[in-house]
Amino acid sequence: MSTQTAGSLVAPPARSALTGRFLIWGGFAVLLAIAPLVFRSDFGITLLAQVMIAIVACLSYNMLLGQGGMLSFGHAVYTGLGTFVAVHAMVAIANNTMPIPTSLIPLVGGLAGVFFAVILGYVTTKKAGTPFAMITLGIGELVLAMALMIPEFFGGEGGISANRSAGKPFMGITFGPSIQVYYLLALYAFISTGAMFAFTRTPLGRMLNAVRDNPERVEFIGYSTQHVRYLSFIIAGLFAGISGGMAALNFEIATAEVVGSGRSGLYLLFTFLGGATFFFGPIIGAVLMVLGFALFSEVTQAWQLYLGLIFLFMVMYAPGGIASLIMMNLRVAAHKKLHRLWGWYAILFATAIVMLLGAAALIEMVYKLQLSSSSGTTLRYLGFTLDVASAASWLGALAVMVIGLVAFEAVRRRFAVVWGAIQSEIERDMTFKEPDVAAPTGGVAAAAEAEEGKP
Amino acid sequence: MTTASASTAPAIELVDVRKSFGKTEIIRGAQLSVAPGERVAIIGPNGAGKSTLFNLISGRFGPTSGEIRLHGKRIDNLVPYEINRLGLARSFQISNIFSRLSVFENLRCGLLWSMGYRYAFWKFLADLKDANDRAEALLRMIRLEHKRETLAMNLTYAEQRALEIGVTIAGGASVILLDEPTAGMSKSETARFIELIREVTVGKTLLAVEHDMGVVFGLADKIAVLVYGEVIAFDTPEAVRANARVQEAYLGSVLADQQAAEAGV
Repeated sequence: MSTQTAGSLVAPPARSALTGRFLIWGGFAVLLAIAPLVFRSDFGITLLAQVMIAIVACLSYNMLLGQGGMLSFGHAVYTGLGTFVAVHAMVAIANNTMPIPTSLIPLVGGLAGVFFAVILGYVTTKKAGTPFAMITLGIGELVLAMALMIPEFFGGEGGISANRSAGKPFMGITFGPSIQVYYLLALYAFISTGAMFAFTRTPLGRMLNAVRDNPERVEFIGYSTQHVRYLSFIIAGLFAGISGGMAALNFEIATAEVVGSGRSGLYLLFTFLGGATFFFGPIIGAVLMVLGFALFSEVTQAWQLYLGLIFLFMVMYAPGGIASLIMMNLRVAAHKKLHRLWGWYAILFATAIVMLLGAAALIEMVYKLQLSSSSGTTLRYLGFTLDVASAASWLGALAVMVIGLVAFEAVRRRFAVVWGAIQSEIERDMTFKEPDVAAPTGGVAAAAEAEEGKP
Repeated sequence: MTTASASTAPAIELVDVRKSFGKTEIIRGAQLSVAPGERVAIIGPNGAGKSTLFNLISGRFGPTSGEIRLHGKRIDNLVPYEINRLGLARSFQISNIFSRLSVFENLRCGLLWSMGYRYAFWKFLADLKDANDRAEALLRMIRLEHKRETLAMNLTYAEQRALEIGVTIAGGASVILLDEPTAGMSKSETARFIELIREVTVGKTLLAVEHDMGVVFGLADKIAVLVYGEVIAFDTPEAVRANARVQEAYLGSVLADQQAAEAGV
């Protein structure tokens, strides 16, 4: 997955790049295979199945966002309609009116995704930039409204449901037990990830990057930007639909909210958090999305407030997402300079924790005040008792947060200087490694002069 | 005005081309006929409509009236990518490349369509030997081998200009339009760059907007003088230099300025 980027950073010889790629994909396959042996509980396997679904959804979303520069607010239209069509197909299988094996249900979702992307995507991809974003938003609202207006297909408020184990068993596989579903979904996730990575290495995939960078110039090298966007949108629709079909198998139900803007917003948010500039970024985002909903929501009811806060910080300080943080540090590590940063990371982390403690106390108190004030005014917070009726609690929490914030910002500024110095050292190292830059100063100009002398 | 060679259609032909933006007419009945293989410099005072003329020929805008022909085929109603597929490529005054792609990827993007790969998503780029070989050859041609993997946005200005030319010629178009290729370059860079342009456009029809008179007289077989949206002269450099109307309208003052500047150095 990350061989492309990692390869260009540390520039290994071609053979080890091939080995590296084999190791990464092999490792990914092994990871998917053994994950349910590590997380054996029903809950664990349910989460893993959801991660598989989210990986395909976020990667397909990133074909638009990261690779094509298309900010979509309506990707759930394609995952969600995939889910609906897939659930209908499951019902048909149970009624013996559709002679296909249950294991192909995600492909049915994929075809539905393609079908709707061909129709709706044509309008959407006529424009780029802000108009594109607006159109996706409009289509998202349109489809959601339709979902509530046509109960025959969408099942109204209650949605439609199906039974995945109603098909004929194949070699004893009924898809009743969740472990069987997990392995099927893992297979789909693995193949889809591979196919989407392969797409980035094709002429269309590369031209999609070109359209992202400079749509105007693309028109002057023979390509219709609209056609590049449209074809890519359909392919993203295929994988979105596959993800929707996987969700149909896993949940056995489709309700109107799966096509809604809330779901679309989550794809955007977690793809961004994971990192839209690297192929593997959305995989990280997908894992976070499932963990967020399943685990963090257990820890605190107000977890979405934290999510918003984290999102804000990422947009401001690390717009490349977690993936770019990882890759930047790997680059520093590859040049053997990472040891100079550990101390800084420790201090940054400590100040961030202080800030987070204060902010979290405030968030919990606000949440208590607004949403569950009927059960008294006090709440337990990390062993302390906070009282939303007392000014001391508010001021104390605020003071902790402000101290943390000021300290964090002060450290961050000094850190930025050190980071910048290390980056320019690396740049210099890389320039000196180039064979044809002989002169110690004025690198490029010197090279130009040297070449001028050649016959 | 000269007549195009009798045997073949002109590479580029403008017939009474007009373009208005609102009430302002920028191009006022421009006429031009460039024979295949000719190298033409387009000169003229600021605001004469040189860039607009390029935008009309390359399809960025459609003309208000008149006809534009490429090898005898009308192109004034076509969009840029259709014109490009017919064999016309252009560069831009402000570098207009793919900033987050490497130098090599930029060049490869420039030639994918012309080599027939179009919108293929069932082939790997790495397997396209002909496209990769040609991109490597282009890389050497524009002398950026040592920057192969550098992102375009991290290149120096002169390197970006070279890449701009590389992307323009990548598709093998027979007619090349260069919009102020040496703008913003130092004198030594310009000299080197003109040599590069001469090399990479061998056998092609070349139209270049240029301000530097040294470059113009050095590079061009013919000069077209554009003043207030009209081609007032189109002839060999010597004839244009001697043309009284050109002297009066434009060239006299420019040449005098440049000579004064050079004398002052």
